[in-house]
Amino acid sequence: MSRIAAVFAKKDHKAFIAYVTVGYPSMWATLQAVPLLAECGCDIIELGIPFSDPLADGTTIQKASFDALQNGVTPKTCIETAQKLRLKTNVPIVFMSYYNPIFHYGVEKFCADSKEAGVDGLIIPDLPPEEGTELGNACAKHGLDLIYLLAPTSTDERTKLIAEKSSGFIYMVSVTGVTGARAALPQELSSFVSRVKQVTDKPLCVGFGISTPQQAKQVAEISDGVIIGSRIIQLLESGVSLDSLRNFATELRAALD
Amino acid sequence: MKQPARFNGYFGDYGGKYVPETLMPALSELENAYTEAIGDPEFLSELESLSAYYSGRPTPLYYAKRLSEQCGGAKIMLKREDMAHTGAHKINNALGQGLLAKRMGKKRIVAETGAGQHGVASACVCAMLGIECIVYMGSEDVQRQALNVFRMKLAGATVVSVDAGSKTLKDAINEAIRDWVTNVETTHYLIGSAVGPHPYPIMVRDFQSVIGIEAKQQMQDDYKQLPDYIVACVGGGSNAIGIFYPFVDDADVKLVGVEAGGRGLDTTAHAAPLTAGSPGVLHGAKSYLLQDSNGQVMETHSISAGLDYPGVGPEHSYYKDTGRATYIAVNDDQALDGFKLLCKTEGIVPALESAHAVYHATQLAKTLDKDKIVLVNLSGRGDKDMDIVINALGENI
Repeated sequence: MSRIAAVFAKKDHKAFIAYVTVGYPSMWATLQAVPLLAECGCDIIELGIPFSDPLADGTTIQKASFDALQNGVTPKTCIETAQKLRLKTNVPIVFMSYYNPIFHYGVEKFCADSKEAGVDGLIIPDLPPEEGTELGNACAKHGLDLIYLLAPTSTDERTKLIAEKSSGFIYMVSVTGVTGARAALPQELSSFVSRVKQVTDKPLCVGFGISTPQQAKQVAEISDGVIIGSRIIQLLESGVSLDSLRNFATELRAALD
Repeated sequence: MKQPARFNGYFGDYGGKYVPETLMPALSELENAYTEAIGDPEFLSELESLSAYYSGRPTPLYYAKRLSEQCGGAKIMLKREDMAHTGAHKINNALGQGLLAKRMGKKRIVAETGAGQHGVASACVCAMLGIECIVYMGSEDVQRQALNVFRMKLAGATVVSVDAGSKTLKDAINEAIRDWVTNVETTHYLIGSAVGPHPYPIMVRDFQSVIGIEAKQQMQDDYKQLPDYIVACVGGGSNAIGIFYPFVDDADVKLVGVEAGGRGLDTTAHAAPLTAGSPGVLHGAKSYLLQDSNGQVMETHSISAGLDYPGVGPEHSYYKDTGRATYIAVNDDQALDGFKLLCKTEGIVPALESAHAVYHATQLAKTLDKDKIVLVNLSGRGDKDMDIVINALGENI
């Protein structure tokens, strides 16, 4: 069983998935934050590969990507970072990257090097399944999960397609919009999730706009896990020490259990 | 007209739909609506009528006699898109997509703009159709094209200054896409160039093809022949694809796209992805792209805001690889020379974008016999560029 599958095989357990941009606010912070998150009960880490044009992201992750690029982060350093983290923790790691850095690196080589480094899967926000054949084949060859995103606007036909193509879990985008903390969850979320549940048994994890333990608890009641991104980036930004991140992750885990 | 590729959104290896899932249903809806519209005589007749009475089409084909004599070679013809309403070819596409948005029941249009020409065209069409219009524009462009910003506001549009990244067209597109992702149910994204995910490159090309269709007819009517060369500037590439496309099957007509060479291709301060870039994925499509060794999109430079873009429409990438068109770069200083020469010999003030094509046409004409014809797409007029030209020439007024 893969590391990701093992997370969802646990009985009565809701997955806590955390996003960090590699090299934000520093490479040191990434190397400290990931094992700490795992220690606090985070189940899967999304390592964000920064891109110059993050068009699915709101201002928080845009800024983190920009700063990380200023810090000299490249796809290669992200793979090296995953390798270093793998020596410290057994938590599943997935890369979150826009398609161009992977395309430019070489799809086949990127998958081979990621697997070698101990990465478990990929999430590509600007790659719908229609464009994912090449990457899908490379992921399958190297034993990586390719996790597709579903949106509230997805038609029934597309929901079926994505449910079929996505492996590991399905990333449910909670709102029509970009990433970023929001005051309230959309009202249509539960009907969206039940609509998808009718089509697939694959694990459903919800992201975009979830920032508090209360929101996470609500979402976990109807899904298999929650994905927190911008809120974690904000905590990394403000904290010189990682205490605030530790507190947040601990509270979040408690809210899910 | 022949499709260069199966109608699946790909021109050879280029094109596609590299967008967040949220937008995929909207792209299908758009593709269906567009296919339906161009099969509907009522839509086509409204477009044709407004093209004539609102945009002022057909635009003239003008023989630039003194400019040609100055070069001492081929005859240079100008397709006068600068004489279209709002001052550039951009109105052709804004009108087509505006009518389509209205037909789709969209209440709100978002657009991006570089030089401001597409922003102005969108704002004016929205005013005429009674649709809300929001234009995203890089903050650097807001400064260097202040006159166009004011024109957009006069037409009732909201102009949003984008401070991210290079603060130019690329960043304005990112922000327009973010808006579209958020408001996709009510909003149409009126892309201004032949870029973006399928069906945009095909749709924009079709709406701009009126340029080439008219030019072909005018050449046949007035000169009983086709041009030997067609020269057009290429940023995203909408004016170029608009004049090229109706001639694609005329193998004797050579097609030349002119990119912005900025401060020179030996520097990083240019905007010439076809001449100096490599294939990549940006803004929803696979195409030539200016990117660094890590696949990050590079910042660009051109004296003309409308060419200041690191990507290019996928159909141009296809024509580059197949050799159907050739692409070269003209730098800032050369474009200024073209600008001055056209002003002086013909009393026509071109947009700095179009001045790139004018410069190359003059160089090309010099090498050709007098019986040859070089057709230039004069895509826009230069009133908007006065401040830049005054500064660049070190003049005081």
